[in-house]
Amino acid sequence: MARIGVFICHCGHNIASTVNVEEVAEFAKTLPEVVVADHNLYSCSEEGLGSIKKSIEKNKLDRVVVAACTPRTHEPLFRKTVELAGINKYQFEFVNIREHVSWIHTKEPKSATEKAKKLVAMGVAKAALLEPQKEGESNVIPTAVVIGGGIAGLTAAASLVAQNIDTHLIEAESRLGGNLADIEVVGPEFRRSEELLDMLTKELKASPKAHVHMSSKVTDVKGFVGNFEVTIDKAGKTEKIPAGAIIVATGAKEWTPDGEYGYGTVPGAITQLDLEKRLAKGERPKRVVFIQCVGSRQPGREYCSRVCCNASLKNALRILESSPDATVSILHRDIMSSGTVSEHIYRLASEKGVRFMRYGLDRPAKVSRTQNGTVVKVFDETLDEDIDLDTDLVVLATPMVAREDSRDVGKLLKVPLDKFGFFLEAHVKLRPVEFATDGIFLCGAARWPGSVNECISQGMAAAAKAAIPIRRGKVVIEAITAQSDIDKCAACGNCVIACPYEAIEIVASEGKRYAKVNETQCKGCGTCVAACPNDAMQQRGFTTRQLGAMIDALVKSAMEETP
Amino acid sequence: MTDFRPTILAFCCNWCSYAGADLAGVSRLQMPPNVHVIRVMCSASVKPEYVLKALSQGIDGVLVLGCHIGDCHYMTGNHRTAKRMPLVQKVLKETGIDEKRMKLDWVSAAEGEKFQKVITDFVQDIQKLGPNPLREVKF
Repeated sequence: MARIGVFICHCGHNIASTVNVEEVAEFAKTLPEVVVADHNLYSCSEEGLGSIKKSIEKNKLDRVVVAACTPRTHEPLFRKTVELAGINKYQFEFVNIREHVSWIHTKEPKSATEKAKKLVAMGVAKAALLEPQKEGESNVIPTAVVIGGGIAGLTAAASLVAQNIDTHLIEAESRLGGNLADIEVVGPEFRRSEELLDMLTKELKASPKAHVHMSSKVTDVKGFVGNFEVTIDKAGKTEKIPAGAIIVATGAKEWTPDGEYGYGTVPGAITQLDLEKRLAKGERPKRVVFIQCVGSRQPGREYCSRVCCNASLKNALRILESSPDATVSILHRDIMSSGTVSEHIYRLASEKGVRFMRYGLDRPAKVSRTQNGTVVKVFDETLDEDIDLDTDLVVLATPMVAREDSRDVGKLLKVPLDKFGFFLEAHVKLRPVEFATDGIFLCGAARWPGSVNECISQGMAAAAKAAIPIRRGKVVIEAITAQSDIDKCAACGNCVIACPYEAIEIVASEGKRYAKVNETQCKGCGTCVAACPNDAMQQRGFTTRQLGAMIDALVKSAMEETP
Repeated sequence: MTDFRPTILAFCCNWCSYAGADLAGVSRLQMPPNVHVIRVMCSASVKPEYVLKALSQGIDGVLVLGCHIGDCHYMTGNHRTAKRMPLVQKVLKETGIDEKRMKLDWVSAAEGEKFQKVITDFVQDIQKLGPNPLREVKF
């Protein structure tokens, strides 16, 4: 028999103002194998945790159920608490009666209380079947791989090398710097990008810890956190790099218009990056019209690329700097230049005489070639009529889009992408530069169009995160991995096919063939469990018996009441 | 509207739909109190047996919610869910259980409002169907 303690949290008024916490605690006392049930004002407070610990000792509990908020934020805290009181942390079960009850049934306190009881009954039923688990551990190869040598990847590599970590930087092109290498000056501070790139490449050149692979492509990635093997192709030559952590910094690229606004047909219609290259060569056009949001913030590509407004403002100011009599117009849908410095250059551009005109998606500007030169026809909202702007250049501010090969990189690393092809981090706030897959990190425009400043911060952040497993030398594997029951397993191989991580193989031992899960490679998704026709495959902490007991508990309480 | 108060079970994956349910909570989005969530790591770990077990024992409806296709944190887990659950519905239909008692949908971590809508709509759909007839059957 298990000895279960149940603790219901008031969360101040958050839960207790809707759910009758005392009633739920009284109900919990009637559940099988529950030795004690109590309620705390704030279970996660010093006092609440202290009383749980005391109760564990006093009542000799071997399992604990806390009904409070979401396990997604507070589970580690309670697991640690029960562990300090001598219970294996995997014999703790969390029931969510705040996000899933009190906050969403505010006006139905009676039904909310009944639902909380059912959820607690389900949690207790599962807790009774929880087994102590031992977390795995594996060694970490003290080497990092950074894929992509743009500003984010360079920064990440330089940060890792500064920490004395052997770092391999893999760059697909024959030069470092990525998009930034085509840009002479970066905004909004008007800093020369050459300085930035020189500083970083010098740091890498000077360090024996840095290994830069130019014109190289990642062709295969095997393994898991601490034990990756990255295969690269360097001009037909294959090289295998063992690594403990991988940083994805593959960047993004400027979208090329598909004939929009005269691109490719009207002379002078160029993209922002084309303009950057011309300005770098010293060209200073006299008449320029920028068109913002070309190909972005519209159906199919709904996002704001964030960098294009600032790029246009920066280049407008650069043009006016060297030729104050130049005519510069910016046709926009909204100027996105948030932040103190960017807002300043927006104001500065206005003061210097840049003409800002707003346009709507329903009336886009028309770019054409006439006898007198290139003309941009735009509807002026103030005048309520079309006006013609004569110009030399029409700069199309197109968004940054994901690289075509990002899907391939995603497949190699088994990491997800969003619908636009940008990489998807584990959690936007809790784990912003990490993938859900341990040991793989992310920075720069590969995630989302970002300014140079953001790419640098992210590069540093990703390097700091990647250094954690390498510096620790060991990684802990959460004990929610799958295990197979050798006696039940028929070695059919369904799980082998189902596993997204190639973590299962059929092995033979003493004449018996069965599926074996590589614990360090298993990510604990449970896909193999549902694929197993013999119920031989089980995910620890989510076994079929445990989930079955939860269903039974819900059935039991539902059958006791009239529908 | 009917007085029938169905009991519904929902499987939510840790990364998207459970987080979407949390977001609905944080946003104080109100919805009927009939749905009881079991958290699993991935919707692809939901065995067809769980759905059949719940419905055969009288639970009025079962929801399986996962990440949108392409957003699965285990890459392709939900592709399996997408293939598997319609088969479960087919089995239900063949055995004489209304397949509408089981529903598969996708809710991202950012879709608190979608979670609210899915829950509200499903509760209404089940109310229209009435109590699960298997409630009265003792196996």
